[in-house]
Amino acid sequence: MHSHDSPQTPVLDDWLAFEVLVAALLVAAAAGYAWALRAGRHRSGRTLLRTVMFYAGLTCAGVSLIGPLVQAAHGSFTAHMAGHLSLGMMAPLLLVLSAPVSLLLRGLSVRRARAVSRVLRSPYVRVITHPVVAALLNAGGLWVLYTTPLFHAMHASVWWHALVHTHIFLAGYVFTASMVGVDPDPHRAPFTLRAGVLIAFIAAHSILAKWLYAHPPMGVETADAQLGAQLMYYGGDAVDVLLIVLLFAGWYRATKPRATSLAGMRTARS
Amino acid sequence: MSTGEPNARNEARTGRGGAVETRHEGRPGKRTVLSGLLFGGGIAASIIDLFIFHLGLQWHHFYDLSTSEVALVSDGFFHAFGWFITVWGLFLLADIRRRGGGNWKRWTGAVVLGIGAFQLLDGVLNHKILGIHQIRYGVDLLMYDTVWIGSAVLFMVIGLLVLRMTGSGRRAR
Repeated sequence: MHSHDSPQTPVLDDWLAFEVLVAALLVAAAAGYAWALRAGRHRSGRTLLRTVMFYAGLTCAGVSLIGPLVQAAHGSFTAHMAGHLSLGMMAPLLLVLSAPVSLLLRGLSVRRARAVSRVLRSPYVRVITHPVVAALLNAGGLWVLYTTPLFHAMHASVWWHALVHTHIFLAGYVFTASMVGVDPDPHRAPFTLRAGVLIAFIAAHSILAKWLYAHPPMGVETADAQLGAQLMYYGGDAVDVLLIVLLFAGWYRATKPRATSLAGMRTARS
Repeated sequence: MSTGEPNARNEARTGRGGAVETRHEGRPGKRTVLSGLLFGGGIAASIIDLFIFHLGLQWHHFYDLSTSEVALVSDGFFHAFGWFITVWGLFLLADIRRRGGGNWKRWTGAVVLGIGAFQLLDGVLNHKILGIHQIRYGVDLLMYDTVWIGSAVLFMVIGLLVLRMTGSGRRAR
């Protein structure tokens, strides 16, 4: 964006401080995961794939918050959108599939694991992980970001930048977990509700992308906005189709016919 | 999710892709037909439109600047439903197969019927009645509309014929 090249030098330290803070959090998460893996190594049921997905998820989050993509995002809406896809969709999906809560519960002592599961059962968690609330937080946040002066404020102030990106990541995580989460979820919503909410979310996401194509945010050039909007639309589609597949994969597992009835059917057929 | 067959109940709620026809289907193989219709309608909305009309012929574009807000919103929901019912149709097929059922001929007939039904809905409702988008821009549309709706009806007739041939007294699931 071209309207905020002036505040670059005086606030550079704040921006650097934010990147250092993010890097520290990512390292802490990486170390925490490794610790939990070690602490729970005598228990079974962890797969290598989940570990890979956790670290890939952290990498997706890191790439969008630290380094060259962040620099590029200051001048290019398309780069900004690539970062948001990575932070708000890819990183949450990979982290949700890595089942970090299950791993944490395995690593903790029984007393502490109980405390964690009490938190997971709390009314607050119950409300924000409800599919409708999670989808509103996620899609609603995007609509607010791109249709109000918040988008401009996010580039001008590191505090707004930090707040917006924290929201994008957390809302993405909570939404993905409420749709296709593999961690224990005491309030898992019924399949039909999740399906309906997912359809509405995909529609909202693609409508916003097309709207952005015609109505670039303040200070964004038309060509840049159009490319960024298409990236949002098709990149969003790729992740959304994965979400639909995972949602139905959950249904497929849950409705598995019992071995006896299946054997009965085979005998009857032959 | 707890019931054995949540999909059959929800079919009317989707209200697209010609799923309505199956409501009168009392014969075995009902789920095979539903799966084919969902998949056919879904690929017509998502994959066929994307690959043939956007990327292949380039008659359709990401955004037509005259697109109204109503069109934008309905487009978004069509888009979401298109992908959703495509995947739904395939998982339903997988479920039929693992329960030892499935009839490929019948399923293919339902897919063709689904494609035709979606195309007819798109051609009549979206193109003509609501005027949301067109097949091609800057040309005389009569020929395009005739081919579009004509081929939609042809697909539906072929699909229905295949369903008729495979439907009588055969256990398809």
